[in-house]
Amino acid sequence: MAILVNEHTKVIVQGITGTHGSFHARQMKEYGTKIVGGVTPGKGGTDFEGTPVFNRVQEAVQKTGADTSVIYVPAKFAKDAIVEAADNGIKLIVCITEGIPILDMVRVKKYLKEKGVRLIGPNCPGIITPGASKVGIMPGYIHKRGQIGIVSRSGTLTYEAVWQMTSRGLGQSTVIGIGGDPILGTSFVDCLELFEKDPETEAVVLIGEIGGNAEEKAAEFIQKNVRKPVVAFIAGMTAPSGKRMGHAGAIISGGSGTAQEKIKMLKQAGIIVAESPAEIGETVGAALKKGKSHGAARIH
Amino acid sequence: MNIHEYQAKEIFSRFGLKIPAGKVFDQTSLLLEEIKKIAPKNFVVKAQVHAGGRGKAGGIKIVETAQQAFEAAKKMLGTSLTTYQTAGVAKPIDHILIEATSRIKKELYLAVALDREAALPCVICSEAGGVDIETVAHETPEKVLKFHFDPDQPLKPDLFKPLVDRLKKVSKDIASVESAMAFSIATLAQIFVATDASLVEVNPLGLMEDNSLIPIDAKINLDDNALFRHPDLAALYDSRQEDERETEAKKYELSYVGLDGNIGCMVNGAGLAMATMDIIKLEGGEPANFLDVGGGATKEKVTAAFKIILKDPRVKAILVNIFGGIMRCDIIAEGVLAAVREANLKVPLVVRLEGTNVKEGKAILAGSQLSIISADSFEDAARKVVGTLR
Repeated sequence: MAILVNEHTKVIVQGITGTHGSFHARQMKEYGTKIVGGVTPGKGGTDFEGTPVFNRVQEAVQKTGADTSVIYVPAKFAKDAIVEAADNGIKLIVCITEGIPILDMVRVKKYLKEKGVRLIGPNCPGIITPGASKVGIMPGYIHKRGQIGIVSRSGTLTYEAVWQMTSRGLGQSTVIGIGGDPILGTSFVDCLELFEKDPETEAVVLIGEIGGNAEEKAAEFIQKNVRKPVVAFIAGMTAPSGKRMGHAGAIISGGSGTAQEKIKMLKQAGIIVAESPAEIGETVGAALKKGKSHGAARIH
Repeated sequence: MNIHEYQAKEIFSRFGLKIPAGKVFDQTSLLLEEIKKIAPKNFVVKAQVHAGGRGKAGGIKIVETAQQAFEAAKKMLGTSLTTYQTAGVAKPIDHILIEATSRIKKELYLAVALDREAALPCVICSEAGGVDIETVAHETPEKVLKFHFDPDQPLKPDLFKPLVDRLKKVSKDIASVESAMAFSIATLAQIFVATDASLVEVNPLGLMEDNSLIPIDAKINLDDNALFRHPDLAALYDSRQEDERETEAKKYELSYVGLDGNIGCMVNGAGLAMATMDIIKLEGGEPANFLDVGGGATKEKVTAAFKIILKDPRVKAILVNIFGGIMRCDIIAEGVLAAVREANLKVPLVVRLEGTNVKEGKAILAGSQLSIISADSFEDAARKVVGTLR
């Protein structure tokens, strides 16, 4: 089971001949991901280390039966790449690209909604179901297949959390980095909904950060709809107001979007919040021991 | 990216909004004769810095004669301004905007911003202008009206008529300027889309005694990620208004934010960088900065990052926390060594590496003869770096 990607997921890489695209295509193939093709306009008919390269997504999908695309193209071309994937039968788009203009994402988001296509990202590490499929840029070996679902706005902080869990013998069902931008294709709530339904997932870890109100929305959703234990960590307790902390979406503006406020809301919703980023793994372990009763107690 | 008030007003004017009569001066162009051309009397003299709260900080002076305006401007130019929004940093006053004032009947608030949750641009307006809009939204949320719009539909005044109608219900004064209001809203929406802004704000929007609407103040924040399609707007970047270290960091595609503490941090990834600041605080220390070296840091970037951290004289110890995914730990280790040698590091350095090629990375550090404190875990790293200051 797990969610969104598994060993049958057929992936094409948009931007496969670029620096990032080629490096990560190789890494994904080594991990065992079914990389069935690549797309680079003008390079159709060639191959990338045995993987066929096409000019257009349409041809790639026709020839390979791909259902998923991972995008590494530069920011100025990312909107068109996403739209092209959505127009040609791709059902899951994972956009790694950072730095896409906000208005481009406004347009993409609206378009994908009409098309019924799911986008993960942009500005994200991607998604991995350990041992089955890695669609993104995360280091594969830190993961271990198991029962914890992880959803996060961060990249390396997610690796940190995964590593803490794997080191304790706690495996993961699926790990999703939803991205650090203000407008995202897939939200915490979307992922929580999927994890709640997934029989393999027994507990969920949510890693949030300052800016926006996605964590508050997640808290509200969990309180009403999630029976599984949820452990959260929010980065940015010490972040100053009015400054973008690396991610375009990580900014406290007008006193809203603080870590303190998010933690308060999560706790009020019955979610266990790790105080220290070093204690995420430990906290998950403890939550699992308490068992499902903890999550169930939330819903009356 | 922020731009100055006078630059924002120039953009407003280009899109057909009426702006106050005025002129911008620097130290060499300031002339009494030029001020006299703006109006016979009644002026406002405004320091052009990238920060709000200028009035309370003495950056805005209201005067009667051109001579007084000249003197006020002369006094301010070449000095700097610290407001509650500048986080203790003084912003240089290189430009002064002098405008004619006229009588305001009522101060309104009008802005266009991105609503992240709705994933759409949103007009925000209020009949309670001239004050901090966040305070208004907090205390009297019914006074703040919002209206979402699709950036690709024609942004004509008619589109915003329902919003103007709502505004009219809250404030009777709006009835007298109904069409001007719809025009102002539509124009700001057009500017937001055309410039790829993240915020266009007019506070206050003056409802004048002659029933016109005039932007008294103007603010435009541009989306950094969209500047590639607006070279004319990118040219408005004023590096003197920014933290020197942030500007330097940008050159190397690093993301730096200065803080008040004494432990310098170098981390890959924004989330992990924030979490590193947090754990330093939890262990009883104070972070001196946020610094994300990004996914694909090179030796050059790491060296630049060290130099930027060390520009802060408050830094008494440094913590490097790298979780190598895209970035290999051995590359980072070599970068750290090169940087330590080049920067002639004199403060304690704690390095924590994890991820791809971690063994090779640690071996490089261990074999270096340099006094680098190696840490095994995230917590261990924070403890050790805080420990060096005790």
